[in-house]
Amino acid sequence: MIYRSLLPRDLFAEFERLQNELDRTIGFSPSIRGAAQRYPALNVGSTPAAVEIYAFVPGMDPDRLEVQIEKGVLTLSGERTAAPSPEQAMMHIGERFTGRFRRVVSLPDDIDAGAVTAQYRDGVLHVRVPRREAAQPRRIAIQ
Amino acid sequence: MNDQVANPQAPSQEEAAALRPAVDVIEDAGGITLLADLPGVPKEALDIRVDGDTLTLEAQISLPLPEGMEPHHVEVDLPRYRRRFGLSKELDAEQITAELTHGVLKVRIPKAEHAQPRKIAVAVA
Repeated sequence: MIYRSLLPRDLFAEFERLQNELDRTIGFSPSIRGAAQRYPALNVGSTPAAVEIYAFVPGMDPDRLEVQIEKGVLTLSGERTAAPSPEQAMMHIGERFTGRFRRVVSLPDDIDAGAVTAQYRDGVLHVRVPRREAAQPRRIAIQ
Repeated sequence: MNDQVANPQAPSQEEAAALRPAVDVIEDAGGITLLADLPGVPKEALDIRVDGDTLTLEAQISLPLPEGMEPHHVEVDLPRYRRRFGLSKELDAEQITAELTHGVLKVRIPKAEHAQPRKIAVAVA
């Protein structure tokens, strides 16, 4: 996992994290489109060989998850349906997301969209977008 | 079944920080069904305990990550989930069953036999 202590001091990411924390604690959403209700949660990282995207989207039928890449933008979408409740059931707590969801990640220019792989395991969708061969660092031998 | 906020069970000071999983709690005549979103948790990293009248869910996220990966954007920023619930007397903690499928935990806590609703026939005198 990617932990708090390993966070790069990326100002934008830091701001977003603070924003999320604010949303959660005081219930104030700076955007009417509800940035606080982002589902599923995403972690994105990279290695010299690929961009790695992890979407925390539990309880899905893998066939109902959609992954698309178009013009350098990766889109994850799908729908999470509520389990049917038994007769005369009463909901005491209802926090789990249901409904349609969609999240987008913009990718760097050097990716190879033809070689993307996606795997769903323990409720996490892992999408691996390899970088093009030429973009990977190579050691040049000196004659 | 109360949420942990309403029922503080004084977690120990050394307890590691954890994410609070989203849950649904549904009650029917026979008992309570708890659904918890625990993405990234394999079955062997899940711990469900009943201690007195407290139900504790604790789970470790286990994701194989490529070596040398640099994080760019992080929303899930802790490696574990934890949440506690207070159980009420009529629930039968001995009979709890649990299953984990694609990162969703389903816990069923039946009501004790004597606590199940009974329809009382009204006799006409």
